[in-house]
Amino acid sequence: MSSIGTGYDLSVTTFSPDGRVFQIEYAAKAVDNSGTVIGIKCKDGIVMGVEKLIASKMMLTGSNRRIHSVHRHSGMAVAGLAADGRQIVARAKSEATNYESVYGEPIPVKELAERIASYVHLCTLYWWLRPFGCGVILGGYDRDGPQLYMVEPSGISYRYFGAAMGKGKQAAKTEIEKLKLSEMTCRDGVIEVAKIIYKVHDEAKDKAFELEMSWVCDESKQQHQKVPDDLLEEAKVAARAALEEMDAD
Amino acid sequence: MNFIASKQPENRLLGPESDTQRTLYPYVTGTSVVALKYKDGILMAADMGGSYGSTLRYKSVERMKPIGKHSLLGASGEISDFQEILRYLDELILYDNMWDDGNSLGPKEVHNYLTRVMYNRRNKFNPLWNSLVLGGVKNGQTYLGMVNMIGVNFEDNHVATGFGNHLARPILRQEWHENLSFEDGVKLLEKCMRVLLYRDRSAVNKLQIAKITEEGVTISQPYSLKTYWEFSAFENPAQGAIGSW
Repeated sequence: MSSIGTGYDLSVTTFSPDGRVFQIEYAAKAVDNSGTVIGIKCKDGIVMGVEKLIASKMMLTGSNRRIHSVHRHSGMAVAGLAADGRQIVARAKSEATNYESVYGEPIPVKELAERIASYVHLCTLYWWLRPFGCGVILGGYDRDGPQLYMVEPSGISYRYFGAAMGKGKQAAKTEIEKLKLSEMTCRDGVIEVAKIIYKVHDEAKDKAFELEMSWVCDESKQQHQKVPDDLLEEAKVAARAALEEMDAD
Repeated sequence: MNFIASKQPENRLLGPESDTQRTLYPYVTGTSVVALKYKDGILMAADMGGSYGSTLRYKSVERMKPIGKHSLLGASGEISDFQEILRYLDELILYDNMWDDGNSLGPKEVHNYLTRVMYNRRNKFNPLWNSLVLGGVKNGQTYLGMVNMIGVNFEDNHVATGFGNHLARPILRQEWHENLSFEDGVKLLEKCMRVLLYRDRSAVNKLQIAKITEEGVTISQPYSLKTYWEFSAFENPAQGAIGSW
């Protein structure tokens, strides 16, 4: 899929003769180089998981959060340039609190996704701004139930029942498609997401990684929060066991 | 307290503020809040009245609200300003929760935040017309503080606002002691609230008692105090009165 966009790739305000904006495509490559990020919609909520590649052994576990709460009922997992991601999260938080102060109810997830997508798209329209080098998976629970959206650096946003970004996204998508999500509860979803992340993690290319997971479901009272430590441990153990089973074959 | 009602900016540093107005006087007010520390935490009482001047207009105003996991806020004074303060605190607590780092704002922190807000508003001559009582428990430490519209703030074992300062605190000074049980604390609060009911004309006989402990906040259902009006001096109050002036 890579083609040299000689001359047509210098600015985000330039189209190529075959109708592509190369800068946006390059921005998407930044997302593809980051650790895998997965989100799934189970029958009672959303589960999101991130494969946090550890750059240095000096890093404290639990730091460098990749999943952020955007409001009580929704959260965002970021893939790509972390600093760009921080900006998107800040904007999302501000949109959410602003909506609530004007309309008196928590921002519907659909509305939030639209606003974020608009904002990300905005940065692809002017030559003095560069596109965001990160994509986000937004999971939330509102009056219409749990919803999962993915926003890409181009500003596209779709609603999904299973989404993946980053290095292992193709493999992750295949795995997600195998799951019967409409019958799964979030408790089981957490285990499945952990298994998928462990499976698509490339032991050869990337050394260590830390698994970060969050959920928003009936069990968490429709609040977005980190998956409780005991459940996270259980998931990690199950994931490692599943890997070993596979290796044993 | 004299607030000049002119629309011209007082000092040139402010610039064209002629479109905005500042709080001049309160409209719908709540009367006293009384609170004390007891063995397991804080007990707070407030009636449910919202007075419109001398009319007891609203009789189901909840003047005590939980804040986050560890605090309880009671307010007297302008009800709309109280609602605004609740919105500020809601945002404060939301942002604190979104860190998701295992820490949460305790009563001391919330009290400090409120003090800053109240004092800064007062300095701009646009106060939030309230006297606030903030109590809570975090990590076994009980905290009870007060801050009012001019920014005066302090913490103590028992606090009261408005008329409660004059009628309830003397009772509390006499009868409060460390490690009150829940029942004794409630009895003491009810004693204070009864005096206030008899003597404060903006009090209503419908009150709530709230308690906050390490486990959390409980605000009771509204109830009434029993009052006694059969004192012989009240039966025929004018008897023996010597003429008029």
